[in-house]
Amino acid sequence: MQAQQMETGLDQKVEKIIAAYREKPGALIPVLHEIQNELGHLPMWVQQRVSNAMNIPLSEVNSIISFYALFSEKPKGKYVIGVCKGTACYVRGADKIVEQLQELLGIEAGDTTPDGMFTIEVVRCLGACGLGPVITVNDTVYTRMKPDKTKKVITDLIEKTGKGG
Amino acid sequence: MEFYRNHVLVCGGGGCQSSGCHIIRDRLIDSIKKRGLESEIKVVVTGCMGPCSLGPMMIVYPEGIFYCGLKPENVDIIVEKHLYEGVPVKEYFYRDPYSDEPAAAIHEIPFFTRQMKIALRNVGLIDPLSIEEYIAFDGYFAFAKALTQHKPEDIIRLVKESGLRGRGGAGFPTGLKWEFTAKVQGRPKYVVCNADEGDPGAFMDRSIIEGDPHSLIEGMALCGYAIGANQGYVYIRAEYPMAVEHLQKAIEQARKYGLLGSDIFSSGFAFDLEIRVGAGAFVCGEETALLASLEGRRGEPRPKPPYPAQEGLWNQPTVINNVETYANLPSIILKGPKWFRSIGTERSPGTKVFALAGQAVNTGLVEVPMGTPLGDIIFDIGGGIIGKKNFKAAQTGGPSGGCIPAGGLNVPVDYESLREWGTIMGSGGLIVMDENTCMVDLAKFFLDFCQDESCGKCIPCRM
Repeated sequence: MQAQQMETGLDQKVEKIIAAYREKPGALIPVLHEIQNELGHLPMWVQQRVSNAMNIPLSEVNSIISFYALFSEKPKGKYVIGVCKGTACYVRGADKIVEQLQELLGIEAGDTTPDGMFTIEVVRCLGACGLGPVITVNDTVYTRMKPDKTKKVITDLIEKTGKGG
Repeated sequence: MEFYRNHVLVCGGGGCQSSGCHIIRDRLIDSIKKRGLESEIKVVVTGCMGPCSLGPMMIVYPEGIFYCGLKPENVDIIVEKHLYEGVPVKEYFYRDPYSDEPAAAIHEIPFFTRQMKIALRNVGLIDPLSIEEYIAFDGYFAFAKALTQHKPEDIIRLVKESGLRGRGGAGFPTGLKWEFTAKVQGRPKYVVCNADEGDPGAFMDRSIIEGDPHSLIEGMALCGYAIGANQGYVYIRAEYPMAVEHLQKAIEQARKYGLLGSDIFSSGFAFDLEIRVGAGAFVCGEETALLASLEGRRGEPRPKPPYPAQEGLWNQPTVINNVETYANLPSIILKGPKWFRSIGTERSPGTKVFALAGQAVNTGLVEVPMGTPLGDIIFDIGGGIIGKKNFKAAQTGGPSGGCIPAGGLNVPVDYESLREWGTIMGSGGLIVMDENTCMVDLAKFFLDFCQDESCGKCIPCRM
């Protein structure tokens, strides 16, 4: 497993990120951010590497990852669908959108489809409260979601990936 | 310098970005070029103008004509009729939610006229990525005045006299906090900005950083001078990538202009800023948890005292204030505490920014003098309830706050009055609910939220 990572050059990327923060105090969180941006998640081999290079116990590195909602030890789908469940979106029907997405994709919120295409996440307030309910698909924001609109967003994505529904 | 007969301001706030304002801007620039008007008309993308539910929107100056709910094809017509022929296009005007009458200019629309802007003074009015525009609106004048004409203790005195209270929620007097920190002997000292706007339904801080990042930088620099700190940190939540980007660019511009760095205004005073991005933990909005997170640890709160003023970041004396608090400071130093006290109430001077959300017609960002009745915010500025339904309650203060029912619509919005109604000011989230909202369900929503976001440190949460 580790040899495979070396081959793809991910290991060097990780080293480079750690090196860039060597002089800065309190750099663990920014380092983890950058590595996750690069790799998509933070597997155990990365945690070990960070622990060694930054001289922080592995247990502490892992405790940081499990504490903060944005860090993930599991890989995510190609399309990460975030449903905002801030109060404003909630009073405008965000829970119905979550239910519908779960039904459409056949997975629970927090999980990824077996083909690795979709992840549903319930996310913290995105600050677009004036336009709720809001969902995001990777970096694209969709506002004023309604059941038919949600269905269209998903079917469009499925068509795009060539799975044919 | 070029002169333009018209400036067309396109709202590029977070809400309008999601509504597709970039398509409107591109079409506008294109259409202006096609008509050969590019030397006469300038297009500026600004921060949040306020009424997010009406986006995409734009204002044509100098007349102040307001167009909203725009579709790309509408833009061509506006360029042809208004910018070329000089006849504003009524079809795309704002319509009063009560009378359905069109209103042409922003000075005819209650959403704008009923507000008073201090923290948001430049948001929606200038290009946030241009330090020149900030300076043209008196930006960095307060900082220059402080460094060249005032001693640090004068600044603390002015802030104390202004009566400014922390806009993050608790309302602690800002000047007093600064004075405590200035008097502690240890060095170095730090200035920290809490931009971990975690309350669901709140986006005031986001809009200030995105729409006027230099006002935050100037406010923090003023604090640094007053307390004797040379380094500041801004802790922003990761959910706000555009705020991070705008602030980063603004910091670089300020460094280039010598407004951050060493020997600022040849005064010998040095100050610099660094951004730290959060990682998704509601509890990090609490100041001791935020400081732990800044140090790279789990964001768990600790008991106070010692207060951050005594032992803050890396156990050094630290001032930690909220974004809106810092954004108020340049105006206070420039115009004086007497001016500031003339706005708002005796015990809560100044204004407060609210994120108006939920079932109101005009949801968005508003700033009003403290003491404005709640009903005025919801019905005059907010345009009432969607679908003319009945108002049930307004939720303020985020998960630690409470709800005000219809009987409280006359309550003046200030720290003390809200407390009497069993809620708190909080950071400024104001969520309007209509007759269809189930209050039991809402209570469950907040309990679930608090359970999810509990860090598990204190016993009441674990039981």
